[in-house]
Amino acid sequence: MLDLVLLAQQGAGELQSGLTAIGRGIVYGGAAIGPGIGIGLVVGNAITAMARQPESAGTVRTTMFLGIAFTEALALFGFVLTFIVSG
Amino acid sequence: MTILGQLDFPPISHLTRWPNFWFEGTPFAVNKTVLIYIAAVVLTLAFFFAAGRRAQLVPKGVQNMAESSLEFVRDGIILQTMGPEGMRYLPFLTAMFFFIFFANIFEIVPFIQFPGNASFAVPLILAGLVWIIFNVVGVVRQGPFGYLKNELFPPGVPKALYLLVTPIEFVSVFLVRPFSLAIRLFANMLAGHLILATFALLCAALFSTTLLVVILPFSFGLLIALTAFEILVAGLQAFIFTILTGVYVGSSMNPEH
Repeated sequence: MLDLVLLAQQGAGELQSGLTAIGRGIVYGGAAIGPGIGIGLVVGNAITAMARQPESAGTVRTTMFLGIAFTEALALFGFVLTFIVSG
Repeated sequence: MTILGQLDFPPISHLTRWPNFWFEGTPFAVNKTVLIYIAAVVLTLAFFFAAGRRAQLVPKGVQNMAESSLEFVRDGIILQTMGPEGMRYLPFLTAMFFFIFFANIFEIVPFIQFPGNASFAVPLILAGLVWIIFNVVGVVRQGPFGYLKNELFPPGVPKALYLLVTPIEFVSVFLVRPFSLAIRLFANMLAGHLILATFALLCAALFSTTLLVVILPFSFGLLIALTAFEILVAGLQAFIFTILTGVYVGSSMNPEH
């Protein structure tokens, strides 16, 4: 801990930019977990629906894209937040 | 490993901000992004004027493409989200679809290679326009109190839960909707642009006489594949923006009872 403080006094700028980079990685990585699972569920269930009822594939596909768009928004918030996070 | 030392990724602003070259210093300054948007407007107008100028009974060529795209917007977007009474939004939605698509497709046009929508301004303006439209439609169709009641107090929820549901619905309908609409388009195009720029820089860094040059074909092949993928993304994002507009306006027109 003391080392960290000393380091911060010596090269505050470098330390800050390094920690900012780590923070950006954590922000985007954290934001991508949930939507990743969510999009998997959406598409997987859409494929099941299309396989069971191929004649409704058109409707299911449109709804699937809607579901992906809503789920994906959270990951994109994280992506934009990555650029907003600054040192 | 020295070769990877040459791979210095430029700051994001170098990839998305362009210098103004006309009317500098005024609010009407023109840079590359503005030119791309002007080109998107001109292309959209030219496409439909060329289609409608000599309309024939049996469509062919440009007219055929325009008619099938109108049919796609009618069957794929309006009838699925708003029903037959949403047909008056057909010109608006079609124009918006093609404007966004043409602005996006410049991402993969050689020597231009920048998606107009990778800057936040115009997606935000479009989303604000959609926000105004679905609120006005809701107020006109259901009355101001009926609209607020339907949006903020969804039926079928136990009374006590409204304490929790109403603030969430307020934030999600009036704040998150326009921002997520704008950010979805903007962030998708920016991410695609960054990925293409990253692989292009990697190819340039690997183009050397060291042994690392054996990776170059894979990197270049992935660059080509991602360029093809970005064509899909450009169309898909235009479609998603348009269909979400349909969903939002449709939910103001026909509230679930």
